[in-house]
Amino acid sequence: MTTLIQYLQYLVNGITLGSIYALIALGYTMVYGILKFINFAHGDILMVGAYTGLLTYTALLGESTNPVWMLTAFFIAMLVSMAFCAALGMFIERVAYKPLRNASRLAPLLSAIGVSFILSNGAAWIFGAQSRRFPYPFDNTPIVIAGLSITPHQILTVTVSVIMMVVLTLFVNKSRMGKAMRATSIDQATSELMGIDVNKIISMTFAIGSALAAVGGILSSFDFRVYASMGTMTGLKAFVAAVIGGIGNIQGAMLGGLILGVLESIGAPLLGIPSALRDTIAFAALIIILLVKPDGILGKNEREKV
Amino acid sequence: MAAMLEINGITVRYGAIEALHNVSMSVDEGDVVALIGANGAGKSTLLKAIVNQVSLQEGSISFKGEVVSTAEKHKKSVPTHLLSQRGIALVPEGRHVFADMTVEENLDMGAFLVKDPVAVAKKKEEMYDFFPILGARRKQKTRSLSGGEQQMMAIARALMSSPHLILLDEPGLGLAPLVVQDIFNKIHLINQQDKVTVFLVEQNARMALKASNKGYCLENGNIVLADSSDALLRNDKVRAAYLGE
Repeated sequence: MTTLIQYLQYLVNGITLGSIYALIALGYTMVYGILKFINFAHGDILMVGAYTGLLTYTALLGESTNPVWMLTAFFIAMLVSMAFCAALGMFIERVAYKPLRNASRLAPLLSAIGVSFILSNGAAWIFGAQSRRFPYPFDNTPIVIAGLSITPHQILTVTVSVIMMVVLTLFVNKSRMGKAMRATSIDQATSELMGIDVNKIISMTFAIGSALAAVGGILSSFDFRVYASMGTMTGLKAFVAAVIGGIGNIQGAMLGGLILGVLESIGAPLLGIPSALRDTIAFAALIIILLVKPDGILGKNEREKV
Repeated sequence: MAAMLEINGITVRYGAIEALHNVSMSVDEGDVVALIGANGAGKSTLLKAIVNQVSLQEGSISFKGEVVSTAEKHKKSVPTHLLSQRGIALVPEGRHVFADMTVEENLDMGAFLVKDPVAVAKKKEEMYDFFPILGARRKQKTRSLSGGEQQMMAIARALMSSPHLILLDEPGLGLAPLVVQDIFNKIHLINQQDKVTVFLVEQNARMALKASNKGYCLENGNIVLADSSDALLRNDKVRAAYLGE
């Protein structure tokens, strides 16, 4: 059954892609949960994350070809990139969104689009229009198991994503600050009464979302290369994933990301769509979910008890 | 001795509408003070002013001798999230429980500023003893609680920070008479046993005046009467306007 193996292969590829979408979708959904605002600059954060990761990695690596150091340097570069993007996310919130918190809902949205242009054009200006390759920090020869070929890159992507998502889930459900974040997303005014500094929670949310986007940016850049506008399409799809899962819902973003990744990967061969058109699948899925269940798969459709 | 909470001539406007006009009142330590008034009289606005969720156009509010809110531009009001540290807790109108969180998590949020987990756990046990129904439901989402249970949850959550002054906004709103009685019994205990000063805002004037030792009457943003609660219960005007006698 070659076709079954093929579809399993698409599934593996889809899960890999989906876990990247999920990481990025989390940033959209967490910010939306608290501010009811779509941060359209989030996609460009992943581009900054990819560049920061790439530059740090190449600087650390130098001429070395030692496999242990390659992998170590890669993880150091990832941490540096996460930290840089976390700081950048907080900074953007502070200068571009916070002053507009009491303005009309359109104002921060426009500001976000402006920030998005500044970041992508800024990157094009600094790094040029040429895309760059993110070298694999390991030998990426696929491992073949029962006809399925799985690359070390796929294993890395899924492992790192799962770790990030487990840590985030534990943080949000168990830690004091994580619970405060949930409380703030439910009811800001009441959270303040509890002594929660809502400004601090908002900063923290941007920091976490941006750090996850940095990881998503790095992991996606092996397949898609690094360039100034790389965040646009991936960011948009991650946003679609967040909506599919139910925007504002953390588990929803993870689920939506995976579903979208798998749909994209399996959908094209299944429906006989040329792979060049596979981007349409994401947006078709968005339209269908908006028609059928506008709150998303895990979105809540309940009224408050008063 | 200065009052615990002192409200000095505050005026609050929402655009062109004046919600509170030159309101002055005080709450002494250990008292239960009731503020009665019809729907829209400005009761909730007054509580929001105390916790700085609305800003003052005139006047100031002091707590334990320190100004916490002022209309003066050059002096800063204390931000809402720092007031619970000073000992003020508000149980908001409509309860505002964190519906998607469990009872236990809601109580954790009430003790957000208490950094010692042992102290928080101890306080939670106290609350479960005081409100046994919450103990039984500690792992349930607050959404699944009845209105009365949610009200108790909101009170317990406010008590988690061990406040010196608890502000209660319409604790009896929308609840069955027996449940309201139960809640007022708890409020009495909180005041008598835990020595928490209580400032109570209610439409249910009879209930509120019976439970308090001092009362104010708010009408269209103005304090029109201030007296001991016993005297207000006998006052002809109060009896006609609020007690339906």
